[in-house]
Amino acid sequence: MFATEFEYQRATSVSEAIQLLSNNPGAKILAGGHSLLPMMKLRLTSIPMLIDIGGINELRGISVENNILRIGALTTHAEIAESYDVKDNAGILWETAYGIGDPQVRNRGTIGGNISHADPASDLPTVLKVMDAKFTIQGTGGLMRGGSRVVSADDFFIGPFETDLGENEILTAIEMPVLMANQHAEYAKMAHPATSFAVVGAGVVLTVEDDVCTAARVAVGGFTPVPTRGLTVEQALIGKVLNEENIASATILIHGDLGSDVFGDVFASAEYRQAMAAIELKHAIFHATGLAHHN
Amino acid sequence: MTTRIFGSGIRRREDPRLITGGATYTDDVQLPGMLYAAMLRSPHAHAKINSIDITSAVGARGVVAVYTGADIEGVLNGIPCAWVPPGADLVAVTHPAIAKDVVRYQGDAVAVVVAEDRYQAEDALELINVDYEILPSVTNPEAAMKPGAPQLHEDAPNNQAFHWVSEGGDTEAAFSAADVIVKDTIIQQRLIPNAMEPRSAVATWTKATGELTLWSTSQNPHICRFLASLVTGLGEHKIRVIATEVGGGFGSKIPVYADEMITSFCSMQLGRPVKWTATRSEGFQSTIHGRDHVEYVEMAATQEGKITGVRSKIYAGMGAYLSTAGPGVPTILHGLIYCGPYDIGATKADVYGVFSNATPTDAYRGAGRPEATFLIERLVDLLAVELGTDPAELRRKNLIPKFEEGHDVISGLTYDSGDYEPLMDMVLGHADYSALRQEQAQMRENGHYMGIGVTCYNEICGLGPSQVAGAVGFGGGLWESAIVRFHPTGKVHVYSGISPHGQGEETTFAQIVSDELGVDVDDVTITHGDTSNTPMGWGTYGSRTTSVGAGAMVIAARKIKEKARLLAAHLLEAAESDVEYRDGQFSVKGSPDQSKSIQEMATMANVAWNLPEGMEPGLEASAFYDPPNFVYPFGTHLAVVDVDKDNGHIVVRRYIAGDDCGPQINPMIVEGQVHGGVVQGIGQALWEHAIYDDNGQLVTGSMTDYALPRAHLLPNIESLSTVTPSPHNPLGVKGVGETGSIASTVTVYNAVIDALRPLGVTRIDMPLTPEKVWQAIRQGHGS
Repeated sequence: MFATEFEYQRATSVSEAIQLLSNNPGAKILAGGHSLLPMMKLRLTSIPMLIDIGGINELRGISVENNILRIGALTTHAEIAESYDVKDNAGILWETAYGIGDPQVRNRGTIGGNISHADPASDLPTVLKVMDAKFTIQGTGGLMRGGSRVVSADDFFIGPFETDLGENEILTAIEMPVLMANQHAEYAKMAHPATSFAVVGAGVVLTVEDDVCTAARVAVGGFTPVPTRGLTVEQALIGKVLNEENIASATILIHGDLGSDVFGDVFASAEYRQAMAAIELKHAIFHATGLAHHN
Repeated sequence: MTTRIFGSGIRRREDPRLITGGATYTDDVQLPGMLYAAMLRSPHAHAKINSIDITSAVGARGVVAVYTGADIEGVLNGIPCAWVPPGADLVAVTHPAIAKDVVRYQGDAVAVVVAEDRYQAEDALELINVDYEILPSVTNPEAAMKPGAPQLHEDAPNNQAFHWVSEGGDTEAAFSAADVIVKDTIIQQRLIPNAMEPRSAVATWTKATGELTLWSTSQNPHICRFLASLVTGLGEHKIRVIATEVGGGFGSKIPVYADEMITSFCSMQLGRPVKWTATRSEGFQSTIHGRDHVEYVEMAATQEGKITGVRSKIYAGMGAYLSTAGPGVPTILHGLIYCGPYDIGATKADVYGVFSNATPTDAYRGAGRPEATFLIERLVDLLAVELGTDPAELRRKNLIPKFEEGHDVISGLTYDSGDYEPLMDMVLGHADYSALRQEQAQMRENGHYMGIGVTCYNEICGLGPSQVAGAVGFGGGLWESAIVRFHPTGKVHVYSGISPHGQGEETTFAQIVSDELGVDVDDVTITHGDTSNTPMGWGTYGSRTTSVGAGAMVIAARKIKEKARLLAAHLLEAAESDVEYRDGQFSVKGSPDQSKSIQEMATMANVAWNLPEGMEPGLEASAFYDPPNFVYPFGTHLAVVDVDKDNGHIVVRRYIAGDDCGPQINPMIVEGQVHGGVVQGIGQALWEHAIYDDNGQLVTGSMTDYALPRAHLLPNIESLSTVTPSPHNPLGVKGVGETGSIASTVTVYNAVIDALRPLGVTRIDMPLTPEKVWQAIRQGHGS
């Protein structure tokens, strides 16, 4: 665990961080450091300069306004897991944050760093996708008014460790609509025993009126390049009463939503993970709708 | 004092320093002028080294020296193997500390860089250019013996390192006469020990005196010194090995590794202290691995369920070279305990030790005995299915009845003492075994699969009589020694040749000596781990530290007590035969008022103002203890598991460990050892696996892929015990460091297979990952 030599700069504002980024080719933003530093220490990557944004307080914090939950990119998993604003308005995210790594990881790791790293085995991309989250991104234009843009979770993740973030851009905030009383959300995963990373993760947000599902956002992740929306599953759920039979027949359709690019490894093959996608999705819906207690 | 502290679960005196960062581990040692070493390791499993270009590395910033295999040739002797089982035609291949012509496993050292700091050393590694010619490789031990397999060593045709056969009774006759024979193929997968502290070495050479001081993460500093002497050619009197603080080992710190010898070489060449510490990834590749057997096993029995024979054919992977104790593990520590706790008429172990392009294997917690227990207990479960009987009752039927003064078994051992059935009853009763079976039947009707595993085990530990060590080819003795010394103020210092490294013996030894000498436990200090101030000893492994190491202390303490008694008689002006000892006091028979404390005697012996004629000053004694036999802890373990048939996920719902390790000096520490062992064994059953790909690349070479047990995946461990003293050591104690890992792997494995029996599953290769379980369920038979 001995990284190659690198320069270290501590930015005091977002605009300073962006300026440092644009002036130093190859430089990377350091948030919690829980993904980047191990890669550097294992010499899997060599970074000429780290720009530490840890001291920028404007990037921290959780608030709810106009039914939108806003989380600063530098907010740690622990802060999310301890927030009543998150618990009351996005319970799925609250629970997921609590399940990330261990206390040390949660105390250092940040939601923005996690998303920008875009590890396919991470839980948050899947959860934010079903929560229909929007990411605020600041670029060089940010030095003037209006230099920021907003990208939806559906468009942000491009591939494994690859996002829509430009070279000189920083993710500053994550926003999502709060869950309404008739919305039920859940994230279920099969965790790798070594890391608790998702072998297969499944997230759902279901809107239910008079026992009938009126809207659904469904995604699976952990074994595809980016979290994969289950569009045919969503279609099959909408308009249906959420009973065991309908849930089973809808979730099995996830196979059709998965592309051919499905990961496997020595712990769990692609074939197994594909089969588990429907099962984890079923678990998630059972838990979201309270059916799990009867099963 | 009148109460013995033996049996009291006092807190571990080690812990305050261990949990507050107050311990000085090898990597904490800083010396003036210290240099840092980094090893260049082979990325290939098997390759010829055409050339090595170190030019750029030598010129890199901060680099003081770069050495390759050519530099150590003729200076460092090969890394020795110190256990040669007799009659096994063992091929003692040369193991150079740095590979020169051929690398034989991924992780084999090919060069070392010494620099002013570790970062510079690591940077320079990237500048060394090695021209490798990749050779075909093989990692599976059975495949390595097949015709046409890649060959590792010229001297070892077919990669055979040794062939060891041990038979007790007539197995051929037992199997011909059997009513029932059950068979299985068992893969004891490769495991990677992960002590919390990585391996590390600090060497400092004093040229003026020709002395080498070596801090080493060793479980056995005296053996380390002995073998370092063989490798370096220095006399043992010129080597000091320090291993006072070692952060766990589980067997992986028994061997003497190339790395600490290379570090010593660097210091001797450069005349400056040199430190090397393994990174975790480096440890995965270069610290010994455990297990790695391909086993064909069978058991013979009568229709009534009397077990009449056990036999095996085993391919045991030794890795690329023979590690220090490697060959002893699948042979002596394995094949001799095929009887387990049962009266079995005939046993035979037929073991091939095999070279392969993998990290060398050696003792890993349990060392040979988990493998033996696994095969016996797996076969008993298969036999129960075959006979349609309850597996617990079948075990009970075969248990050896109570014995107190030795019991000979056909495999050639004499068990010391045993009373197996009461502990089995205790465990089955605590679990409410019959209710569990009823619950299982009900759950199955509802399509849910729970399973119960019951294991009875007996293990050999407390290694052991030195005469036996010699007879079985162990390259050393197995006695222990101690010096017990009273200071003038009545405080006690104990110097032990044994070397605990986290197990808690500083506490338990102090409890023992406190009782023997009648002094407060806090007035006793235990010193161990430094060859310069401790007497010779053979180290901590094989659950021998207390039964052998404490034996020496007790004998030394008793010698002191007798000397103090004679001095007390002299000072009390009483006849020697009239003075008796009780709770730290010497008094004249019939006149309890006339007494002297043992602390007073310590003072008087040390000032030596008035000693009996011929008595030497001072109050101390040394003792050597060579046990007359091994000790044989035993027990019954029970696991309850739930298996999800949809995804293959296993939950260990309950784990009950019933262990009899004789009298417990500190029950809290015993329980801790049981917990740790059980968890490590469950790790093998469910998660841990060193996987090599077809090119001999270690795929699970980091904590990201190699799954160690985690607390949230484990049940509360319920610990029970009975007390059956060993008849032959001074305290009657047995060992407990390995019992958990010996019993728990097969207990959980059997529970899982028991759960899946209605689905037609008879075997699954470990570890029982969800996918493998799911595949086995889908196929409805063994995968």
